[in-house]
Amino acid sequence: MSWLEQSDTLSCVLLRLGERRFALAADQVAELVAPSRIFRFAHCTAEIDGVILRRGRVVPVCDVAEKLIGKKLISRRFYLIATRRQGTSFDWIALPVSGDCELIQADLTPPSPSDSAHVGGWLSHGGEVIEVLNLAAITPGMISQESESEPLQETTPEAQTC
Amino acid sequence: MQPAPAPRHAAPRTEQIILFRCSSEIFAISSSSVQEVRSVDSLAGAETDITGSSVAKVRHAIRRNDKNIYVVNGAIHFGLRPSPASLIFLLRNLRVALLIDGIEKMSTMSRLQALPLAYCHEERNWYRGLTVLDQNVVPVVNPHGFLLQEELMLLDLVTGDSDTPMAAAATTSHSGLVP
Repeated sequence: MSWLEQSDTLSCVLLRLGERRFALAADQVAELVAPSRIFRFAHCTAEIDGVILRRGRVVPVCDVAEKLIGKKLISRRFYLIATRRQGTSFDWIALPVSGDCELIQADLTPPSPSDSAHVGGWLSHGGEVIEVLNLAAITPGMISQESESEPLQETTPEAQTC
Repeated sequence: MQPAPAPRHAAPRTEQIILFRCSSEIFAISSSSVQEVRSVDSLAGAETDITGSSVAKVRHAIRRNDKNIYVVNGAIHFGLRPSPASLIFLLRNLRVALLIDGIEKMSTMSRLQALPLAYCHEERNWYRGLTVLDQNVVPVVNPHGFLLQEELMLLDLVTGDSDTPMAAAATTSHSGLVP
């Protein structure tokens, strides 16, 4: 059976980054919150903006827009707080999004071998074909199974922090 | 029958910390990790300049108990803009002293949260974790993260604080402790 023939119905959260929409598996989404104060401290992980405090927990903020649409978000309407799990490790990460999010049920088409590592699958909704994100590939600190053989490119640390 | 004694609630574990400034950023360090706080001026003349080392954040050493204590510039260590330092923390049980801008205050932390996994570079060595004080997130530094074992070895070689022939060839000189 080819990758095109496999499909599963999945609950997904649609999120907007600029003009584009992406999806994230609903079981990876904890909550959608209004932007709050970002705390910054010295570090070397360029993808991380800082941290927010949510229910007493420190949650790093990672703007994935630059990787996905080629530019940082100018306006952040919400933070989509997603959960990441790897082995016994579990953590939260806040993704700035530029619009409302929507919970949908859709048939998921698995990624093809030629897709980028950040594509965890595809779904069709409202006449639009939407990428389902593989969080491990677009956020730092997780080993993406798809990218294990092809490590993510090293990022240049920000001048003011490293 | 006597009533059962009320269960004793264990007092929450707390840790005394020092909040200090490096290049306008605030960090915390456990006060038990700091053996001595000295002003930069008080050590002037007692230190050795380190030249020709690849460890850029260390430019001086202090000789104590026949061992070199290496002075790490906090701002350079954390990748911040260098700023005029005024104090030095001599760290307990380590051959490391930390050059800082100043002390903000003493405080107590009751909870240390692990550094989120998303921070995946050098900062994992720098910090023990994060704590929340007065609705602010403050990184708590790891005293062992200022100099790696290899960096200590390199510095020992350069300053001659070892028996290797390379160390004997290294040059040192004396001057004021200017960061």
